[in-house]
Amino acid sequence: MTRGRPEEKDGSRRRLGKLAAAFVIGRRDYCATVLSRSFLLFLLGPLFPVLLGVLFGGIGAGIASDAERSAVTVIAAPADFARLTAARGELAVLPAAGRLPDLVRAEPGSDPARLLGSASPSRAILADPFGTPRLTGPVAPDDALIGQLRLLLDRAAPAAGPLPQVALSRTGATEGTARNARELTARIGQTLLFILTIMLAGMLLSQLIEEKSNKVIEVLAAAVPVESIFIGKLFAMLCVSLTGIVVWSSVAIVTLVLLAPGAVAALPAPAVGWPLFALLAALYFAMSYLLIGAAFLGIGAQAASAREVQTLSMPVTMVQIGLFALASFAVEDPGGTGALAAAIFPLSSPLAMISRAALEPALWPHLVALAWQALWIALILKFAAAWFRRSVLSSGGARKRWWRRSKPSTA
Amino acid sequence: MRTGPPAIHVYTHGYVNTHKYVNDLLTLPCDGLMTSGGRGDGFPMSVMEAVHAVEAEGLVKMFGQKRAVDGVSLGVPAGTIFGLLGPNGAGKTTTLRMLLGIIDPDAGTRRLLGNPNPLEVAAMVGYLPEERGLYPAMKVQAAIAFMGALRGLPLAEGRRRAAAMLAERGFADWADKPIRTLSKGMAQTVQLLGTLIHDPRLIVLDEPFSGLDAINQEKLEAMIRAEAANGKTIIFSTHVIAHAERLCEGIAIIAEGKVAFAGAVDAARDRLAPIVRLRTRVEDGPWRAALPPEARWTGREWQFPLPDGGPEPFLRGLIDNGAGIETLSIERPGLHDAFVAIAGNAAAQAMGKGAPA
Repeated sequence: MTRGRPEEKDGSRRRLGKLAAAFVIGRRDYCATVLSRSFLLFLLGPLFPVLLGVLFGGIGAGIASDAERSAVTVIAAPADFARLTAARGELAVLPAAGRLPDLVRAEPGSDPARLLGSASPSRAILADPFGTPRLTGPVAPDDALIGQLRLLLDRAAPAAGPLPQVALSRTGATEGTARNARELTARIGQTLLFILTIMLAGMLLSQLIEEKSNKVIEVLAAAVPVESIFIGKLFAMLCVSLTGIVVWSSVAIVTLVLLAPGAVAALPAPAVGWPLFALLAALYFAMSYLLIGAAFLGIGAQAASAREVQTLSMPVTMVQIGLFALASFAVEDPGGTGALAAAIFPLSSPLAMISRAALEPALWPHLVALAWQALWIALILKFAAAWFRRSVLSSGGARKRWWRRSKPSTA
Repeated sequence: MRTGPPAIHVYTHGYVNTHKYVNDLLTLPCDGLMTSGGRGDGFPMSVMEAVHAVEAEGLVKMFGQKRAVDGVSLGVPAGTIFGLLGPNGAGKTTTLRMLLGIIDPDAGTRRLLGNPNPLEVAAMVGYLPEERGLYPAMKVQAAIAFMGALRGLPLAEGRRRAAAMLAERGFADWADKPIRTLSKGMAQTVQLLGTLIHDPRLIVLDEPFSGLDAINQEKLEAMIRAEAANGKTIIFSTHVIAHAERLCEGIAIIAEGKVAFAGAVDAARDRLAPIVRLRTRVEDGPWRAALPPEARWTGREWQFPLPDGGPEPFLRGLIDNGAGIETLSIERPGLHDAFVAIAGNAAAQAMGKGAPA
């Protein structure tokens, strides 16, 4: 004979599990948000920046070539090289001439192909500068680098004459340029992630205001655990955000394909490859949103009114910008202490790790990072729920302000 | 399919049916009845629950330095209507919120349907909070179904039941109205339907009568009686003594965070001696010696509590000394008088003032 379960006894049901309860809460929130008229504005709003972004794609390309500024190795005797660096010094102080390549010397007789092949940071190799100059490297014939080198050579030439010609031996990409180009992908990925998070996570600050002002919170808290309420709200808003992102990115991709078919292909491939990078970008966006959103939800839940939420949103945005700054260490020096700190600190971890995905091919750090971030989402939610139960639900008639010490009621 | 020896069930069953004297139930040797079923581990059915739908032992809740609830112990027999009576701010709502698991007590224990973790049995509990809460943008039918979903009722079934409940009461045309377009009374009705949609075994109503007109108060009373007749347990709080007096089998009077009295309404009234009202033809005379010393002259008549020896001794004195009795009545005290005697005059006056009721 089995034990009688309560739901068998008189038609009563088993209680909802924590996640099932979160689903009930989240489903309502998602429907209430997506089926409202204001959601249309929500969808339309960011389309303008997206379109502008596509229009200003040219500017992005300019910045990209700037990012490719790097060294040129010159095969020359020390005296010749000294003349070149002196000339570079003269020209580099002129306004707008700051993008001249750095110069590195190699012993005469070196093989340009070998120099490129080694893991040198140089973008190209210049041989025989004062005889018949020849540039070897992945450089297009109309590249700014050639003009810069011709100017340099002319300036450094012992006698005045017409601008010297530089012959070009074009090769494929080098280690150095790939690295620089991937930095671009890393930055774009990181910036997109940051902008989306800062734009969308702010909504979570005010997520509990409606429930608190309408006293719905009593109905919810009497039926399901506070943690379920928080989980449900957090994931509902993640889904709302993803709905928006799917719409926006579809529009952006369609526009790009229509207006500038080659633009996407021009972006340098990340170290882990495009499909995996896209997957990681989606995962890290979710993580970034959930981490920052959980913190916002917890902070916003303490606010008594919409006005307080507004006041809170500015400092909270500043903190996010700080996180972005921390994460940009990861682009500059992926192996450095700053990058490690940014990857370990949970709130900046997704931003740091997406740039790592662009720069480094190793996959295991991503698994570790995702697990680490998930752990912190759970911790933040648990803490926020406990804090909410203790300070908001437990307050008596007059609500205690969370930053004020509780005073004995005089009533 | 139930646990526990049948003999105990026969015993408890009989007891619940006779539940005349809540006090007796409160002092039941509960520990002796406990079986291994009462572990509260997701199998909330236990012998305890057959007796008490709700139990609380020494609940304490501090708000800052103030003890909002100061050692409340309660036992609500299953299948009864139980009233929490007390002035505003006495700790009724806080007590209910602790029983329901919205907040945790600072000290003391609670068992809801036999389970120490109230949210575990949320699917069998319905709660109408004092401050009604509904999402203003939701439509009536969806709002009722959502409240059911929170308690584990599938959404589709909730929508079906909501439509049926609305139709039954003649409100079928409300179904697609957003909550914000409803009047306060209508919104309250919707919330009550949402409280009952999952057919809970325990119904907790916090100040359910406040904000209702007389007709709707009567409807609510009828509904509470009907649910109780179906074997449901109903707990409601009120600061209006008349509601408790009409509806409740058991009451707890709460004043300043403490239970001043817990038991049957009859028992509360029995705490007071009946009141004797006496009018005589002659105002003064030797018969006055027959009246007890606490007798008061109200300007037209004498009033005093019925002495322990019954009416005969003083009646004989009055007649023998020619008082000339015009009228004499011996009245049972109402719950209000009992309340004054138990909770004190200050509390009774606070009740009288009441909140916007």
